[in-house]
This record gives sequence, structure tokens and C-alpha cells, in this order.
Amino acid sequence: MAKENEQKQPMAPIGAWAPAVALGWLIPGGGHFLLKRHGRGALLLASVASMFVCGLMMQGAMFQPQSGDLLTTLINTGGFVGDLCSGLLYLLTVWFGYNVPDMPGHVHDYGTKFLVTAGLLNLLAMVDAYEIASGRKD
Amino acid sequence: MPKMNLSHFEAAFLFALFTSVVLGVVTKKNDRDRLHYGIYTFVCFVVALFGIGWAMYLGHG
Repeated sequence: MAKENEQKQPMAPIGAWAPAVALGWLIPGGGHFLLKRHGRGALLLASVASMFVCGLMMQGAMFQPQSGDLLTTLINTGGFVGDLCSGLLYLLTVWFGYNVPDMPGHVHDYGTKFLVTAGLLNLLAMVDAYEIASGRKD
Repeated sequence: MPKMNLSHFEAAFLFALFTSVVLGVVTKKNDRDRLHYGIYTFVCFVVALFGIGWAMYLGHG
């Protein structure tokens, strides 16, 4: 019954959502600002940027893709993708040399997790921007 | 870059706060539900933080 009620929506044209998603990747919450959801955009920007900056101040490490056994490849490549999702924050950190090598200690470990999670939260924000731009959500 | 030295609790609290805000914003469809879900997620994080903390303390002997 539930399946009968579900209506498959056609995918919106790429021009409708690509700018919002691209801006959302580059600047956390940017897609929401572009779509005139300023309040939500500001909350996303504040949360993702604060988490990323906290991670940097805790001297968390950035992941680099590495090959080897399956677990090493999975952790390092996944972590790299997570870091990369922070957009301009990640790029500026790497360009200005603020990324530090991996160090032992619980604070640095938390910092590394903060950096990756900031990227993953930005990924959620990009999906939200896509849904708004394609008319699936208000 | 200034350094930040946080305890486990402070770091986990900040993590819960930022994550709850984003989950609240992106998950629900109106502001009331967003606020409720954000608070609910934050409370879940904090309950899990204390629960797992006590479980590790008691399990460690």
C-alpha cells in the first residue's frame, strides 16, 4: 500500500541544483544562502566552520589516500573524502600549511575526527541544498 | 594557529552540539520539528556519552 502511494519524482535538471550544491561544497551553508534560506545557511556555516576550526586548533591530522591492506585503504581514502567535503576550509588549510602530521594523544585524535565530521556534515548540508533546489523540500 | 586542549567530556560535548545543530537543520521539514529533533539528538548524544562513560568505568573494574 505504501509502495503504491510512493510517487517516483523525475530528477530535476542539473542546472537547477548544481550551482547550489557546488556552492554548498565550497562554502558550508552556501547552497542554502543561494536558495534564500539564510537562517538555515547561517546555522550550517556556523556549525561546520566551528567544528572544522576546533579540529584544527586541536591539531587534528588530515587524511591522505593510502593503499595497502583493505582497512588502511578504507580508513585513509574515506577520511580523505570526508576532509575534502569541507570545501574551501580544507583547501585553505592545505594551501596555507596548517595541516599537521598525525600525532598520538586524545586531543589530536578528537581533532582528526572533528575535521572529518565537519566534512561529512557539510555533505549532509549539500544533500539538503539539492533537495531544496530540486523542489523536494521547502 | 592557537592550540586547544580539551578534556574528553568537553570534546564530546562540542561534537554533540555541532552535530545536533546540523542534523536538526537538514532532517526535518519545518522549524518546530527541526528544533525538537536537534534537541532530541543532542540529549541522545549526552545520554550516550554518560552511559558509555559509566559502562567503561564500571567494566574496567
